[in-house]
Amino acid sequence: MSAFGVLLGVPEDGDTCTFLGSHLGNGCQFPAPTAEIFNWAPLATWHIGGIAFDITKPVVLLAIGTLFIVGFFLIAFSRPTLVPSRTQSLGELGYTFVRDQISREVIGKDGDKYVPFLVSLFFFVWIMNLFSIVPVAQFPVTSRFAFPVALALVIWCIYMFLGMKKQGPIKFFTNFMFPPGLPKPIYVILAPIEFLSNVLVRPFTLAVRLFANMFAGHLLITIFSVGAWYLAGPTVMGWIGATGSFAMTVALTGFEMFIQFLQAFIFTLLTAVYIGGSLHAEH
Amino acid sequence: MSLTMSLLAETTTTIKGLGAIGYGLAAIGPGVGIGIIFGNGVQAIARQPEAYGVIRQNMLLGFALAEALALIGFVAPFVLK
Repeated sequence: MSAFGVLLGVPEDGDTCTFLGSHLGNGCQFPAPTAEIFNWAPLATWHIGGIAFDITKPVVLLAIGTLFIVGFFLIAFSRPTLVPSRTQSLGELGYTFVRDQISREVIGKDGDKYVPFLVSLFFFVWIMNLFSIVPVAQFPVTSRFAFPVALALVIWCIYMFLGMKKQGPIKFFTNFMFPPGLPKPIYVILAPIEFLSNVLVRPFTLAVRLFANMFAGHLLITIFSVGAWYLAGPTVMGWIGATGSFAMTVALTGFEMFIQFLQAFIFTLLTAVYIGGSLHAEH
Repeated sequence: MSLTMSLLAETTTTIKGLGAIGYGLAAIGPGVGIGIIFGNGVQAIARQPEAYGVIRQNMLLGFALAEALALIGFVAPFVLK
């Protein structure tokens, strides 16, 4: 498999009917894309201390995206002026959006300390999602489960640490496990549920939500674009189907743009909610 | 040998079909939930447009929580294949 084939997203082991060679007329079945399209052949392998690190396409995209974000904010804010330049006002727009729409609404004034983290998080997730519809890239980095898991673990560490620091190491747990003003027997059921939901379910759903949304979106777009390619055959019905399938691809791409932004927003919003819950005891 | 193979193949396809059915079932609850959340959210915004910010935050929070269930249902067939 050439590096070019890997970039184009051609699966590694084609049958006699190849992925690109299947059409409605030539007796090949519809090559329905499966979860396999998320597994990339390594472009290169680094051996560091006996462990092999595969450099796959998502890793390349991750590096490009990170460089882009860091570069953008460096250009925007390295030499701030009172009358902002075009890049600076764009950066300020993003910063104030996260501060006013997420941090101030959810945490309040004392959440301003955490805005830089939330801004980085929001733009990181958004750019990683956005790769899904960037030509040539066309793969959402966050649809590889490891990336959302790493982000969720970082967030988990932050809100657990903040909660223990602000409310006391044991008080933090009792505060959310025993909310005041309930009849005593309720606590027998409520305390374990609250403990599970705060400590285990939160990071899990945070990661799964982002991952599954991007996974499903990418699979949908792939199915319709493969469908258009497959249906484009010698018959009139084939061309009509191919046109419809292609139109669906375009429509879904637009829909995905909305979902990508929404998921980045919700990811940051939930992070702010968790941090806010750690800062203020009763919420 | 070939019988085992064909049996294996058959079982795999059945499990795949079951996964799709399972996702359909998993989507019922969150579907109803998301409908209720956005329906009531829009109603609340229509009654009190000045509280738009707060309503939207809570609407999206509820949406995210309900949606997580459907998405876990979507991922489960892939994971438990």
